Amino acid sequence: MSKLAVKICLGTTCFVMGGSELQELPEKLPASYKKLVSISGCPCLGQCGAAATRAPYVLIGDELLSEASIEKILKKITEKLNHAQ
Amino acid sequence: MRNSNSQAVHLKKEILVRLAAAFLGGDYPQAARLIPYDMRPKGSEVPFRCCIHKERAILKDRVIAGMGFAIEADDEKTLLSEYAERSLSRKRPEDQPLTVLGAACRGCVPNRIYVTDLCQGCVARECQSVCKFGAISIVNGKSAIDGAKCKNCKMCVNVCPYKAIVRIAVPCEDCCPVGAITKNPQGLAQINFAKCIVCGKCLAACPFGAVHEKSQLIDVLNQLKRGQRVIALLAPSIAGQFPGSPGQLKTALQISGFSDAYEVALGADITASNEAREFTERLDSGQSFMTTSCCAGYQELLKKHLPEIVPFVSSTRTPLYYAAEKARRENPVALIVFIGPCVAKKMEGLGNPAIDYVLNYEELGALFIAQKIEILSCPETPFAQESSRQGKNFGFCGGVAAAVSAAAGRPERLKPCLIDGLNKDTIKQLKKMAAERTCPEGNLIEVMCCEGGCIGGNAALNTLKLAKKIILEYSDRAPEIKGL
Ligand code: FES
Repeated sequence: MSKLAVKICLGTTCFVMGGSELQELPEKLPASYKKLVSISGCPCLGQCGAAATRAPYVLIGDELLSEASIEKILKKITEKLNHAQ
Repeated sequence: MRNSNSQAVHLKKEILVRLAAAFLGGDYPQAARLIPYDMRPKGSEVPFRCCIHKERAILKDRVIAGMGFAIEADDEKTLLSEYAERSLSRKRPEDQPLTVLGAACRGCVPNRIYVTDLCQGCVARECQSVCKFGAISIVNGKSAIDGAKCKNCKMCVNVCPYKAIVRIAVPCEDCCPVGAITKNPQGLAQINFAKCIVCGKCLAACPFGAVHEKSQLIDVLNQLKRGQRVIALLAPSIAGQFPGSPGQLKTALQISGFSDAYEVALGADITASNEAREFTERLDSGQSFMTTSCCAGYQELLKKHLPEIVPFVSSTRTPLYYAAEKARRENPVALIVFIGPCVAKKMEGLGNPAIDYVLNYEELGALFIAQKIEILSCPETPFAQESSRQGKNFGFCGGVAAAVSAAAGRPERLKPCLIDGLNKDTIKQLKKMAAERTCPEGNLIEVMCCEGGCIGGNAALNTLKLAKKIILEYSDRAPEIKGL
């Protein structure tokens, strides 16, 4: 099974609006998820032009999360993993 | 204390982004006037306050602070468009960099110890017997506190077997290390500027986001628009606060209109060498310890609360001072803008004629966002003068002491003692050192107002851990500081 890809936007807007902190996600990920999820940073996801104030954005699988926080991301990951099973 | 990524912080950043966009968009006064309406348009949800009108009124106040004006002086009649005009004609920023939004302040209950409904009216009544001040009586079978007698000692809180008694916190007052926040007759927070050391801890602590910095963002944008030559001085803590490397950041600044950028780390090299020399001289002459002097919050503390320790404080100037001096010398007609992590440095900027403006990282971030500058796609531009590894490490706790130690040579003589954040306890510790003329923990006392050092400043954008990691990676490539 391919891993669930989590892409944290590190474009200027997302980084400044709080995306910087999301880079701690790998440490906050439950051990049981480690084999199932791949986390990476990525350049601007192209969302900030229209709605900069809803940054930071994170892409989880094919779903876009706005005003992302570690908690919101973990919740979405759990949802996706449960759904995949 | 660093702002966490809470909604209050997000909201403050959003105001700055919208303000910068309003300025850049053309009709600035009109666009600024509309910010509260754009953020809460007709019929929109009201996430935080009682009604849309109050939300907009508070957003208006936030915009006023974002334009650099004191909310305390607002007459409520002046339109945002008029403030916008004023912000354009202002010759220099206003004096006090902090302001409290009365309308946003919750007016947290001042009565601190509170018996909740969980009180069972038990037979033990330990709360009553433990209270040394006779402040607890039993009313209708439950404990009641006489506010006039209560001294907030928390003994009752600790003994209640039901945990029914709590201490109600007033976050801004609690975090202020010098008791500069009091309540006005309406019960709203106000800052006593005679006591305030501009540490910015209240900014980060208030859950209602009622304390703001008076931003100089519009002043800087205005100078850039006029085509002025503007030089940016980048605090050492900036590595790790934006995506990309400091070299890419320099390019981003040039795209946004700055003519050049210097690393304040080169000033830090001078500070460290001078401080190393001073340390050696002072110890030779019999003094038992010396404290560093570069932190702006600490400087305010010295002036307002701790004059007795001044004879033990290094008289060396700050890295920013030396960097600004150099930038001024090399660019006599340019405007000098310091970009740093905290509000205290705004105070230092206001007191130094070589520094025209100070922006914090949130404000610079807003400027980049409004200008749609992608730092990650910028090429590297090298800095004209290379600074040392130790100078680049000035921005985290322990970095200054390590730099002074390396510059002093003879490391066996220097024993660092790190004051990692000013609070009531560490201020007591400093007072004790001054009174006893000695410090048992060390002889070079590095004082950082913010926990973690400058990377923990109130406007830092990254976590302490990540920020420090990135600084270390960056400084690792730099040459060693020259010894004495
Ligand atoms: S910076 Fe994240 S979407 Fe553009």
